[in-house]
Amino acid sequence: MFRSIFEVFRYRVLIQTLVLRELKSRYRGSFLGFLWSFLNPLFLMVVYTLVFSVYMRNPMEGYPAFLFCGLLPWLWFSTSIIHGAASIRDGGHLIKKVVFPAEILPVVAVLSNMINFLLSLPILFLFLLIFKIPISLSILLFPILLVIQFILTTGLTFFLSALNVHLKDIEQILNNLLMLAFFLTPILYPVTFIPEKYRDFFLILNPLFPLVTSYQDILFNGRLPNVIGLSYLVFISILVFFIGYSVFNKFRDTFAEEV
Amino acid sequence: MVAIQIDKVSKKFRKYTNKEISTIKDLFVRGIFRKDTFETEIFWALRDISFAIPNGKMVGIIGSNGSGKSTLLKLLAGIMGPTTGNIRINGRISALIELGAGFHPELSGRENIFINGIILGLSKKEIQDRFNNIVKFAGLEDFIDSPVKTYSSGMYMRLGFAIAINVDPDILLIDEILAVGDEEFQHKCLNKINEFKRRGKTLVFVSHDLGSVERLCDEVIWLANGVLKASGLPRMVIDKYTDYVASFEEERAFENHQRALDELRKDSPNRWGTKEVEITGVKLTDGNKKEKYLFEYGEPIKIVLNYKANKRIEDPVFGIGIFRDDGVCVYGTNTAIDGFSIDAIEGIGNAVFSIEKANLVEGSYLLDVAVHKRDGLPYDYQSRLYSFIIRSKVKDIGIYRPDHSWSMISDEV
Repeated sequence: MFRSIFEVFRYRVLIQTLVLRELKSRYRGSFLGFLWSFLNPLFLMVVYTLVFSVYMRNPMEGYPAFLFCGLLPWLWFSTSIIHGAASIRDGGHLIKKVVFPAEILPVVAVLSNMINFLLSLPILFLFLLIFKIPISLSILLFPILLVIQFILTTGLTFFLSALNVHLKDIEQILNNLLMLAFFLTPILYPVTFIPEKYRDFFLILNPLFPLVTSYQDILFNGRLPNVIGLSYLVFISILVFFIGYSVFNKFRDTFAEEV
Repeated sequence: MVAIQIDKVSKKFRKYTNKEISTIKDLFVRGIFRKDTFETEIFWALRDISFAIPNGKMVGIIGSNGSGKSTLLKLLAGIMGPTTGNIRINGRISALIELGAGFHPELSGRENIFINGIILGLSKKEIQDRFNNIVKFAGLEDFIDSPVKTYSSGMYMRLGFAIAINVDPDILLIDEILAVGDEEFQHKCLNKINEFKRRGKTLVFVSHDLGSVERLCDEVIWLANGVLKASGLPRMVIDKYTDYVASFEEERAFENHQRALDELRKDSPNRWGTKEVEITGVKLTDGNKKEKYLFEYGEPIKIVLNYKANKRIEDPVFGIGIFRDDGVCVYGTNTAIDGFSIDAIEGIGNAVFSIEKANLVEGSYLLDVAVHKRDGLPYDYQSRLYSFIIRSKVKDIGIYRPDHSWSMISDEV
């Protein structure tokens, strides 16, 4: 298994090329091009702010900035899952016709969306600035959260992409599950909105919970994230990664025949 | 040195039937706990294949569709693993199984050359060094910065081939792609292949074009239904293969005839007449009275019409017409035209039309048979129900081959 992970590293030029291809082709031909990586989340933010801050009169200060802290990582996660789950199926022309390390495809899906996420960060900082949210030293933990999220998401996409080759429903089910996860994770609302007695329960059930609240803590609240939550997240992420990769390996030989 | 060594290689596939489980609904409808839910039909695409290809040889793989050629190539390329058996490859291998696999339509030819090159295992620097060669080889100097989606299919294929051939492997696998591009490009490809051979590289080449296989290859492997039928010198293997295909054709011709006879029993729209006399069957035989429907050029053909006269018929006329499969009439005649008079018929009997020599070019031919009154009123007319095939080693064209010869004479005629 570790040798295979090393393989992925050996193929870094290929990964790099495919990520670039993905990013270039995403906005190529559209008029606003790369600006869309700002405009899409901006638009979502406007809608949610209108609903939660204006209509529902949530008194929270700097709600748009808070929203971005959870929304942007969430968008990275959800688009990676959607693209990643379909990646082996969509990459059939490569897997069937060229000698090609299959695990590269889900990794490329996660990485290209990660770069999109990084590119959209300026807008987050702009809003932190607008709402005068001070930036604290805890922001130094950001790269660590990035790595954790990468491991968690990649592990999940390994699992889902392999399964999706055999069970086409995965893509449909995912759309619904992601919607559920989106509302159950404190992205649109602060964690304090959840009654205290359920909080731990949801935290254990949903690894995105500690992930998103950690982002909010270091960016918006200017404090260190909850250590227990974060440790649990690290543990789950690594577990998911290894399970995902083992499942992927188990199905690997069937890809060229099934896609 | 052996470039490719494969030992007792077999490959098993799942058969795609509608019994497949591919959605969760299927899973539940069929029941997760029933044992046969997960059982699928399998078939063997390759069975117990062993051969070795020495360095620097060009080997052709032939066989009809579905014989396992492409599967074998994919196994050699490492795209799939064999179910059982061993494959040993010595050297860098590159497979041209699909040209332009991984091209992105929105990106330019230039960008795609880099992406495709890296997918095929080149480094950035190697691609840079070969970039101009690739573009020139594909003949796309003017379009290299346009998105690939604007390319014609020929341009697309040319670019794919140009990249793949410039990967410069020790072993090159080619799947039926020499038919790419126009005459000029094909020449370029052949030159490149010859250059490959000169430089002592190993080539494995799957093709249906037996002519080019014979011309290019040092050795040929023939697969049929996943089994290695023969391997060795091109001429020998190709001859065996064509004989085998011919025997199939012969069988098919026989089957066609059986179907025609079945049709006759039903109410076929291709049959009309008063049925006072019926043609109950048609049989084609060769000079030795052997029934057959596939003839070599120049063989004698006898067309036997079995008739049954339901009452005594005076002065009947039997006729036949031979048509090419595109409907062109090759020849038509009847007993009246030929001045062969029949007083009367009653009960069953046979009318036989003998052709001494089938001077027809290769192809399939259709038959009209009829029996009618002298004034033309048909008793039984059967149009294009029967067919036969003419096979010829000479690939001349047209319909009719007159007996002929060529000579050179110096005097003016």
